[in-house]
Amino acid sequence: MKQLVTLLAAATLATSALAGNITVKGSDTLVILAQKWAEVYMGQHADTKIQVTGGGTGTGFAALQNQTTDLCDASRKIKAAELQKCMVAFGGSRPTEYKVALDGLSVYVNPENPVKELTLDQLKSIFTGKIKNWKEVGGADAPITVYSRENSSGTYEFFKEHVLKGQDFAASAQTMPGTAAIVQAVVKDKNSIGYGGAAYGGGSKMLSVKKDENSAAIDPTEENVENGTYPIWRYLYVYVNPALDKDEVGTYLRWIRSDEGQKYVKDIGYYPLPKNLRSN
Amino acid sequence: MPTNNQNSRRSHGWMGIHRGHKARPMEWLAEKFIFLVSLSAILMVLLIFLFVAREALPVFFGQTNTALVQKPIPPEDLEKHSAAELQAYLELTPEQYAKISKAGLRDLMSVKVDAQNDIPEDFRNDPDAQINTTEWQYMIKPHQWNGYAKPEYIWQPVGQVKKFNLIPLFIGTLKTTLIGLFFAVPLAVGAAIYVSQLARPRTREIVKPVIEMLSGIPSVVVGFFALIVMATVLQSVLRYETRLNAFVAGIALGFAVIPVIFSIAEDALTSVPRSYSQAALALGASRWQTAWQVVLPAALPGVFAATVLGFGRAIGETMIVLMVCSASVVSWNVFDSARSITTTIAAEMAEAVNGGPHYRILFMLGALLFAATFISNLIGDFVIHRFKQKLEGKR
Repeated sequence: MKQLVTLLAAATLATSALAGNITVKGSDTLVILAQKWAEVYMGQHADTKIQVTGGGTGTGFAALQNQTTDLCDASRKIKAAELQKCMVAFGGSRPTEYKVALDGLSVYVNPENPVKELTLDQLKSIFTGKIKNWKEVGGADAPITVYSRENSSGTYEFFKEHVLKGQDFAASAQTMPGTAAIVQAVVKDKNSIGYGGAAYGGGSKMLSVKKDENSAAIDPTEENVENGTYPIWRYLYVYVNPALDKDEVGTYLRWIRSDEGQKYVKDIGYYPLPKNLRSN
Repeated sequence: MPTNNQNSRRSHGWMGIHRGHKARPMEWLAEKFIFLVSLSAILMVLLIFLFVAREALPVFFGQTNTALVQKPIPPEDLEKHSAAELQAYLELTPEQYAKISKAGLRDLMSVKVDAQNDIPEDFRNDPDAQINTTEWQYMIKPHQWNGYAKPEYIWQPVGQVKKFNLIPLFIGTLKTTLIGLFFAVPLAVGAAIYVSQLARPRTREIVKPVIEMLSGIPSVVVGFFALIVMATVLQSVLRYETRLNAFVAGIALGFAVIPVIFSIAEDALTSVPRSYSQAALALGASRWQTAWQVVLPAALPGVFAATVLGFGRAIGETMIVLMVCSASVVSWNVFDSARSITTTIAAEMAEAVNGGPHYRILFMLGALLFAATFISNLIGDFVIHRFKQKLEGKR
């Protein structure tokens, strides 16, 4: 039975390679960009079909290790447990990691909020629940409502590791199913604060962030994210089974990371890779 | 007589094929087919439960370990350990082990070492990093984690030290469910009394299907409505602090539960024999008195069963609670947020590492939920059955 399944899987993989089919699965953060890339690439290469689905970074890695997807979009680095499972599935070789774009995370507040800038330390205290009132950071005398993402999101993990330094979010933090939902809640709720991709912030006010008390406040603009002065940013990744990283898949991966592919990153609201990380 | 005996045996036939179906084989076939379908439904429920329970078993037996700091075996020591030791250490089955080359094994071991090296300095010496947080004492009792002022119940399953305390989820589930029932039961039972006892036939024919149509609204639509409209309206009326809270979720949940309670309660009230109400009316009671003091008490077990089934529906509802509130606070205040078990499973399952401790605990929560709804449905059905028998005078 098991052999039959492997045989079938091998057969499907073989046919998909022949027909020039590429399946992409993973991060919801990356899904719009991945779809854009697929659309443009398919327009240029009529014989290649690319299927893009979201579901979350973890879902993508599960699919990668079950070999039901060719490429896995990820908004965080692969975890040790996932890496092990993939290596076992690939017969001992590691999945190849490609950086494909940059993302700056903004902190949103309600447009009526007088607070304009916060330091990383203040952000940490607010999101861990140590600062509970806006007046402690120079705002009005009102309790802070904290909005966060679901803990399944790569954005959540990134924020927890890099802004909260691994500490727990306040238990009272409301978790929302997506960045758009956070923005929506922040716009409706006068005393709220939330975080998410810089591309999504429409209607809310994005705060400037200071590394510490004495440094300048930096806006999450494209320029500041690309040159690294804005302190909250991350890479977005694509992972692939090295055995598949050739022919059609390899060409596509190179194209994504070329100047040509990186042109489309900005349209979606993320930031292109610095020149030295591109494929050409 | 032997011949007679034989005849009576034969009239039973094989699976009743001769019992009245001799002339209609298609009907016999259809009957057996429907029987098979219903049998498969029972089998399906059983299989689902077995699957969920199997995925959850390692948690019950304490076979999961989330201790952050573990002593890794350096890859150079590959030759010093037996195959069995390495399989246990790398969590491999013998077949997987056989497929991987020596170099692959070494790389796999270095991943384990890297994972240990990747732990931030702050956590290396954290006493919490040494403990297995999936032990029952950490999942049920409060624990004073590093950085907290006092022992607390914390559900934070993602991060360096993963905290799996189930109490916030239990409280959140009960809180939203009970608010939903407090809202839905009086309304639904009141509507059932009105429709079955007081309304004129024409009104009844409009009101009943309209209420039952509520159950046709997808819960995601109810949730969306609650998130956008109800949250804002309720906040401006009641002036509480948190916009999205258990109260809003509970009210929205009530809308999903009302049709369930209504149709069962209405059924129970209608099945009270007409002789009861006729006798009351003949003795000079008003229609209201008859409904309230004669019919409702007679139908009380049915109304109770409706409530219990409504509870089962509410506790298992996912989308509404997921969309409206989801902070895992420990608080019985209805105007605070809440995180239900269903929300937790739906929101976190997609990202939980397949087969990892978080994944197992989510399955365990699913098994608990399954047991809760199963028991409440069982009680509801049992009470309804007894009630019907009583009204028919069989007991």
